Parts: sequence; structure tokens; C-alpha cells
Amino acid sequence: MLKLKHVSGGYSGEVVLKDISFEVEKGELFGILGPNGSGKTTLLKMISGVLPYQSGEILIGGKRLQEYSPKQLAQKVAVLSQHSSESFSYTVKETVSLGRYAHQTGFFQTWSKQDEAVVQRVMEQVGVGAFQNKNIQDLSGGEKQRVFLAQALAQEPEILLLDEPTNHLDLSYQKELLDQLTQWSSENRLTVISIFHDLNLAGLYCDRLLLLENGKINIQHVPAEVLKEERIRKVYQTSIQQHPHPTVAAPQMVLLPDIPVVKPEAEINEAMLSLSSEMITLRSPVYLRTMSSGVIGSGTGWHRTFVNRHVDKNYNCDDHIQEMAEYLRSNGYEPIDTVGMMTAVFLEDVVVKRLEGEGFSLVVVVTAGVGNAIDASKGEAHTYGLVPGTINTWIFVNGELTDEAFIQSIMTATEAKTKAMFDLNVMDGVTGTTATGTSTDSVLIAATQMGRKLDFAGTITPLGKLIGKAVYQCTKEAIQKSQKRKSVC
Amino acid sequence: MPRQSIQKYLNNKYLAYLIAGLFLLISILLGISIGTVSVPVPTILHIFLAQIFGWIPLDKIDPMYVSIVMDIRLPRVILSGLVGASLAIAGAAFQGLLRNPLADPYTLGVSSGASVGAVLTLFLNIALPIIGTFTLPLLSILCSFLTIFFVLAFARKIERSMRVETIILTGIIFSSFLGALISLMIALTGDELRQIIGWLLGSVSMRGWEYIKIILPFSIVGSGILFLNAKELNAMSFGEERAHHLGVNVQKRKLIVLTAGSILTGAAVAVSGTIGFVGLVIPHLVRIVWGPDHKHLLPLSVLIGGGFLILADLVSRTMISPTELPIGVITAIIGAPVFAIILIERKRMERRG
Repeated sequence: MLKLKHVSGGYSGEVVLKDISFEVEKGELFGILGPNGSGKTTLLKMISGVLPYQSGEILIGGKRLQEYSPKQLAQKVAVLSQHSSESFSYTVKETVSLGRYAHQTGFFQTWSKQDEAVVQRVMEQVGVGAFQNKNIQDLSGGEKQRVFLAQALAQEPEILLLDEPTNHLDLSYQKELLDQLTQWSSENRLTVISIFHDLNLAGLYCDRLLLLENGKINIQHVPAEVLKEERIRKVYQTSIQQHPHPTVAAPQMVLLPDIPVVKPEAEINEAMLSLSSEMITLRSPVYLRTMSSGVIGSGTGWHRTFVNRHVDKNYNCDDHIQEMAEYLRSNGYEPIDTVGMMTAVFLEDVVVKRLEGEGFSLVVVVTAGVGNAIDASKGEAHTYGLVPGTINTWIFVNGELTDEAFIQSIMTATEAKTKAMFDLNVMDGVTGTTATGTSTDSVLIAATQMGRKLDFAGTITPLGKLIGKAVYQCTKEAIQKSQKRKSVC
Repeated sequence: MPRQSIQKYLNNKYLAYLIAGLFLLISILLGISIGTVSVPVPTILHIFLAQIFGWIPLDKIDPMYVSIVMDIRLPRVILSGLVGASLAIAGAAFQGLLRNPLADPYTLGVSSGASVGAVLTLFLNIALPIIGTFTLPLLSILCSFLTIFFVLAFARKIERSMRVETIILTGIIFSSFLGALISLMIALTGDELRQIIGWLLGSVSMRGWEYIKIILPFSIVGSGILFLNAKELNAMSFGEERAHHLGVNVQKRKLIVLTAGSILTGAAVAVSGTIGFVGLVIPHLVRIVWGPDHKHLLPLSVLIGGGFLILADLVSRTMISPTELPIGVITAIIGAPVFAIILIERKRMERRG
């Protein structure tokens, strides 16, 4: 559809773009990225024919750009630019109708039925039909942008060029516009070429990306290839980190602020724990990076209060997450800051251990009840049911953990727990085999992300050794306590 | 917003032309009827029917009336109508092209440029061979054309984005300079000053049919060209780049519009001197009432502009009769405050959004 061959050029005398070659297929959503001054807008101006290029060739539909008359070109290529200025108060419809200019021929350029139909259709498409008789000067920035998008679409182009289309739009319109563009490009085979400032939006929506650096192509490839942490860091000269999108297979970038963070020196210790018959709470002075399987605050995140709540054995609630959140709130805890777990175990039986490693330390807090102990290898023998009364394990690490270390910590902790069950000969009541845990166990790893960097937490790494030891001892002790209570009763 | 309701009420385009046409017709009749000797409207109509169509005999009409209507007032009214129409449509076109509601032949300095051409011809008695009487308008047109190009080139040099205020400021600089040039020329020729100043402030008196012949062809050609470029003007009022994207051959159309505007201004100035603000007030008014679409803005400006200047001329010669005020005084008294209002409105809008 569009082909650039060794194109160079720029403004009078100054060469902005050097040797640009790329090709865009019909129906593609093609993104152009680059830092300020890298030549993105210049490139778009050359393709739209506003700015002549000095050497090379631009082919649209196999025909050279210069061979098109302005009207012919406008039937092929429409542009939605970043700035819109309107000195006079045209109505929305008058504005959109101008998009038909290139299609009106003959001496008097009469307005045909088809012109009217197209204008009405595109106004509906972008959702400005309802206010077609309003003055554009009375519209908001986002509405104006959509009016001009309708104008561009009224040209019925094969290629749509966009210069940072989401610039003036708020979050929901950004998404709406890009969703629509994606839909049109796949349904109507509309080729969309757009400049993006927002790397994450580009990564989410574009089929392919072109990264410009100082007027030259750095790379053109699929988003996953272009949006590599190292590359973006180098081209944009800023610190960013790549992380995966939670639901879509698209790379996302986050900025790393260079503010010298004065972190208060914080070390988690037993003294921060408070215990009542209703809950065990730990309040951290700083936010801790967590990975957990609680009722509230599960998954990964940053939290600073940790609650293990006692509930009755027969606790039953349709929406236990909602109930738990309300419970926390009524006790003065902000659910968003909190990892919350539940247990039917008597909280006095909690076991806490603090162990020192070289340059780091950890605090382990375990409550255990083995009322519904289960052999994980024979789980299918059980029916599903959420029974509180379980082994809840908290591991606080005064150190900096990698994601890998977090996962290994969980593995190590689980293995240590299982070993404790084994050594105490806890049986699965249904299968009569040794249990490996209970059906509702929860685990929390929380790290201050300060102090020594701990890359791994496998069973024989410094951190893993400590976790294994502490969790084993705590779990064993806690189970013994709960068993003792049972036998007393 | 009252403006919105006015627009809706008068949105019917046929009604718009009907109102504008009636306004022009009434202005013409008033312009012919009122004066030191007032001629009743029925008499005017009678004379028209007799003189122009020859349907009825002139027997019963006083020959003095016939002479007043046909030799003095009618040519004067037609001339002021043509000048008003030309200046109004030229103003509308300049405004659309430059996306500048403050642009008009006067504020852009084009009128002053045309004056230089006219003064050169009139006071140095230049008459080019072959074209003869058309030397005056042609030199004026040429000078307007050169002026607009210098003004725009200069404004672009100051500021690439060519803000509204920059263009107007440039126009004022050129106006002042060209005005001084004219004064200098006049001083050097040593003619009687009152007459010259009267001409400079604009006047349509004592011109006769001769001047109508001079301006008419240029008015028709200039307006015709602009009518054919109404769509392009619509597109260009959204910015040259967007017009280009919409498929307008911007360079070509811009040249055509500037040429047509210069033809209209040059010809108007050549027959009547510099009459300011007509091109500013009329398109602004028409836009408020009937919207900015050039397809209707241009013809409606012609009708309203013509009628407006006929009335302005009527006021100028009757206000302190028998002395005549220069017509430019009347248009400036109305136009300068409108200019100020538009400026305030613009600033308010910029602040708002």
C-alpha cells in the first residue's frame, strides 16, 4: 500500500530524515515512535505530501507520490493532525462535509446523495452525529478531535495518517479511538499509520512499529521486538523498565523515577506484631513488596498492613472478599494497603520466629490447624469447599528480592511445611495417607526491598536455608500447639 | 446564547438572500430619494421604467427630477454599491484565506497600496497607451497585489505561524509607510490639499457613469473568481495544511484568491479612494447571522456590503448638508469599534479555550 525507498529530506537546507525505507501493507496498523526531534512529524508530512522530500521515492498504491494531483491524493490519504485551529464557527456537519471536497468533481462541484450518505455515516461512526448542528468552537478538545477524525474518514481514504491522535483525549476516549481504529483497519482494510508518544498504547494496538532515532530508522518490527527495555532506554535516554501486560501479550514500559528516594531505614521485627483473639496484625512502617495468596491483596503488589483474622469454623459468606474488605475497613485498615487472610485457628497458638542471615534477616509468622489436612497427591478424593482453618504462613524478609526469589521462597516455604506435616505424621482423613498441607493454606512473602540483594531463594541458597528452617520450625510448633489444644478439649 | 437562536431563525438560505436583496433594494431607493431635493419613490420608479425600459412616456415628470435621478444620484448609488460590494467580498475572502477575522483590505494595508497606484496615476497624469482610462484601476490593482505579497512575506518573516495580530500589525506598518509616501507625492506636486485629502478619505461624489465603467468589469471578474473558490476558502479557513490534506491545491488557490482580492480592492480604491472597514464589518455581520460557509458568505457580503455603503454615503452627504463628509469617516466611525469588539471577543475565546 505504502512504500518508502531510501527517502531523505527535511526543511529548507536541513536534512532531518536520512535514508528511510519501509513498507506498510493494506489493513495494517503501523506505529511510528521516537523521541522528540527524531523526525516523526517530518516523516508524516512527507507521506502526506505537504513537505517535499529531497531524495528517494514514496510509492502509494504503486504510484509515485508526485504523480498524484492534490485531489487524487486526498482520495487515497487522509490526515488527522495534532493541532486543530478553527477561526470561524463552522458547524460540525459543515466541517465534516469538507472531507468530501476531493470527491466532488465538475465545474459546480454539486453535493450528491452519496456525499450526504458518507458524511452521515462517518459522523455516526465517530459519535458526533448527535451534535452535527453545533458549532465546533463550542466543543471540547476531545469532541473536536473526533469531528476532525470524521472529516478525515469522509475522504474515504485507503490510508489514514495520524499524528498523536490521542494527544488531547482523556483515557476513555484514547481507548475508544484506538479500539475503533483497530476495528476499521481489520474490517474495512483501512491502513492506519500513526505517530505515538505513548509506547504502551503503541505496543498494545499496533501490528508493527517503526522506531526513529535522530532521523534514522533504529528498528522496524513487531512491538515485542521494538519495545525492548535496552533499546528504549538507549533511544529515549531514560530509565524505564519493561513488564508484561496483565491480560494482553504486549510489552509495556514503566518509567523509573530518578528522584533520590530517602527510604526510611526499616526493618521488620516481632515487635511490630500485635495479637488479639480476633486478629494478628503486622504494621510495617514502609510499603513491602508482596507476593501472596490471601483473601485481600493477593497476587503481587505493595502493602504495609498484614492481617490474619480469626473466623468461626462455620464462617460462611457468599462474597467473602467483600465481607473481609468491610471488616478491615471497620477496624481501621485500608484494604488497598492490606494483605488479609482468614483462619479458624485460635490465634494465641501463633508461632513467630526471627532468624538472622548475612546482611539480611527474616521474620516468620505461622498459624496452623490441620483439621482438614490433605494429601496433595490424592486431592481428587476430596470435594471442593472453602474451609477456614488452615496453615497461614507469613515470611517477612529484610532484604531485596528478585521476582525469581519470591517464587522460590514460596516453593521453599511449601516444601518446609510439607516436611513438618510429614514429621508430625499428620494424616489425610479421607485417604488415610500422610497429608502435605490443608486445602486452604495461604502464604505471604513480603520484602522490604532494602539491604542485601537476594537473587535466589532455592533450598540451599542463604535465603532459602533460613526460610526452610524457620518455616519448618514454626509450622511444626504451631501444629503441635493446635493438636494439644484439641486433645485438651 | 442569542447568537445561536438568531442563526437558527435565519438559517433558511432563501430567506437570507431575500432579506439581503431587500436591504440592497431599499438602500438604493433611499439613496436616490433623499437629498437636498427629495425625489418621491414612485417618481423614481416611474423614471426607471421610462428611461431604462421605455415602457411609459416621461411626459408628466419634471425634467429636473429626471436629471437628478439619472445623472447625479443613480450613478452615485451604483458606484457606492459596487465599491461596497467589492470591498466586502474582498474582506470576506482575505479573512477566510488568512483565517483572520480582523483582515480586510484596509487593515491589511492593501487599500493604501492601491492608493499609491491611484495617486501616481491621478496626480502625475500617467496614461498608459492602449488601455487608456483603465490605467487608473490597473495600476491600483498592481499596487494592491504587490502590497499584499509584501505584507504576507513580511509577516511570515516575523513569525512563521503568522498570528492574526502579527498580520494586522504588519498591515498597519505598511499602511503608515505607504500613507507617508502618498503625502510626500502630493506635497511634491503642490496641488490643492483639501481635494486630495477628501479623495484619500474616500468619496463617491461627482464621479458619474464614467467611473462605473471603470470599476464594473473588475468587480464582476473579481467576485466571480471568488465565488468559484468558495469551497477552497472553506477548507483553507481550517489552515493551509489541512486544506492540503483535504485535496486543495493550496498554492494555486491562494494565488487566485489573493489576485481576486487585489483586483477588487484596487478597482474600488481607484474610483473612490480608501474607504476603510467595510470589508471588516460586513463579513463579520453576515457570519454572525448566517454562518461562516463561504458559499453563502461571499454573495451575501456582496448584497449587504453594497447596501451598507449606499447608506453610509447617504449619511455622509445629508448629515451636515450641504457640506459633504468623506464617506470613509462614516465607515470608520462604525468600523473601528467593531474592529475593537472582534479583538476583545477573540481574546476572550482564546482565554476560554
